[in-house]
Amino acid sequence: MTGEIIIPIVVAAFVAAGASLLGAFAILKRMALVGDALSHVAMPGIALAIFFKINPFIGAIVFLVMAVIGIWIIEYKSALSLETIVGVFFTASLALGALVMPEHELIEALFGNLTELNVVESVASIVLSIVLIAAVLVMRKRLALNMVSQEMAQSIGVKHKRLELFFLLSFALAVALGIRFVGALLMGSLVIIPAASAKNIAGSLRAFLIQSVIFGVIAAIAGVYISHALRLTPGPVFIIISTLVFVITLAVRQIRR
Amino acid sequence: MAILTVKNLNIVINNVNVLEDINFEVEKGTCLAIIGPNGAGKTVLLKSLIGLIPCSGEIIWEKGAKTGYVPQRMDIETDLPLTVREFFLLRGAGADEPKIRASLDYVQLAPSILDSGLGEISVGQRQRVLVAWAVLGSPDVLLFDEPTADIDITGQESIYKMLYHLQKNLGLTIILVSHDLNVVYRHAVNVLCLNRSKLCFGAPKDVLDSEKLVNLYGGEKAFFQHKHH
Repeated sequence: MTGEIIIPIVVAAFVAAGASLLGAFAILKRMALVGDALSHVAMPGIALAIFFKINPFIGAIVFLVMAVIGIWIIEYKSALSLETIVGVFFTASLALGALVMPEHELIEALFGNLTELNVVESVASIVLSIVLIAAVLVMRKRLALNMVSQEMAQSIGVKHKRLELFFLLSFALAVALGIRFVGALLMGSLVIIPAASAKNIAGSLRAFLIQSVIFGVIAAIAGVYISHALRLTPGPVFIIISTLVFVITLAVRQIRR
Repeated sequence: MAILTVKNLNIVINNVNVLEDINFEVEKGTCLAIIGPNGAGKTVLLKSLIGLIPCSGEIIWEKGAKTGYVPQRMDIETDLPLTVREFFLLRGAGADEPKIRASLDYVQLAPSILDSGLGEISVGQRQRVLVAWAVLGSPDVLLFDEPTADIDITGQESIYKMLYHLQKNLGLTIILVSHDLNVVYRHAVNVLCLNRSKLCFGAPKDVLDSEKLVNLYGGEKAFFQHKHH
């Protein structure tokens, strides 16, 4: 393994660990497709950042945070279906981003490219991933309980609205981190596939979270390594490996039944 | 002594008056049954009592009274990756193995259920687990939302037996929503008939004559008779 690839591998492992840990809760909450929708929102943010020559991560995170706060407010203030709003506006922002972005950056934003991260970006990605993982772990009991029964959670003092905002903000951070790795088109898969694989075989919450993270990290390391060796884009390779893991766990689940 | 006093309770949801001017009291250690047709606001009332739904009027709990809430049903998948033990541990600090086993004992479940998945166990077992979960917080008052929905008759009998034991052994006050008038007659000290507004309140034998029931359920006498099959 050459030195130039070690940093992207470490970054990918941390980013995938954070995304797949969060993905486990997204699956419990049956919010599997929110990651997809959110990643689209990042596009105009990235486009604007490129236009104004600032870091694309900052553009992405600003747009994502605005979007999740928007979702959060809409969920409580309007009778409109969340899915409708997400479906209409988030896809529109993908279209907008695609129109205003130069072609090279567009491909990168759609499919990601971890190897183009500089040292500062790499370190920032790792640190923010650790923050994300720590925050989700601290909140894991409340998140899980709230997903099993909102009322029981509230009955022991869990503040539902605040928790929901925390979850959405964590999601925004995971998407902003992951978008440089797998890109806007495949971001949803980074969050969901490892968790979906773990759910096939896990019998407890603990096993579910651990396996989800392990599957995410293995696919990330293998994905970056193989894509480097074969000169491919890492994002799609990661997704294909992840999908293989999913198929294997699905087979295990069917055999066990 | 009243552990709960409700005065002029009004609840408006989406500009609709769901509950109008409700007044009642619950004495310590007794069982109050809330009955009424679907959409009468029974669940809403229960939730408002523990502060899950905003309301106007007064809900006065005795100082320091702790409540435990058992929801109507849980909408969970059978392959939910969460064991019964983990479900108890989600309560956070205070839920340790001895306490978990003790509360399982109260609802007459064997500790072996702890390693089963919460989605795998039967509806009746899950209902008991939910009760044990609420009991684990050592409440003074238990609020049940139709504890026997989706459970067969034999299962219902044993759930009510268990409730009765909890009330006796732990000195709990119980507030329950029920469709089962049999239970209301046998276990409840007072009954609150609800259909948006309070239609009756008092001891079951005093307030539950068939005329009141016709009023409450809008002429569905069949409902009353059905329960005595």
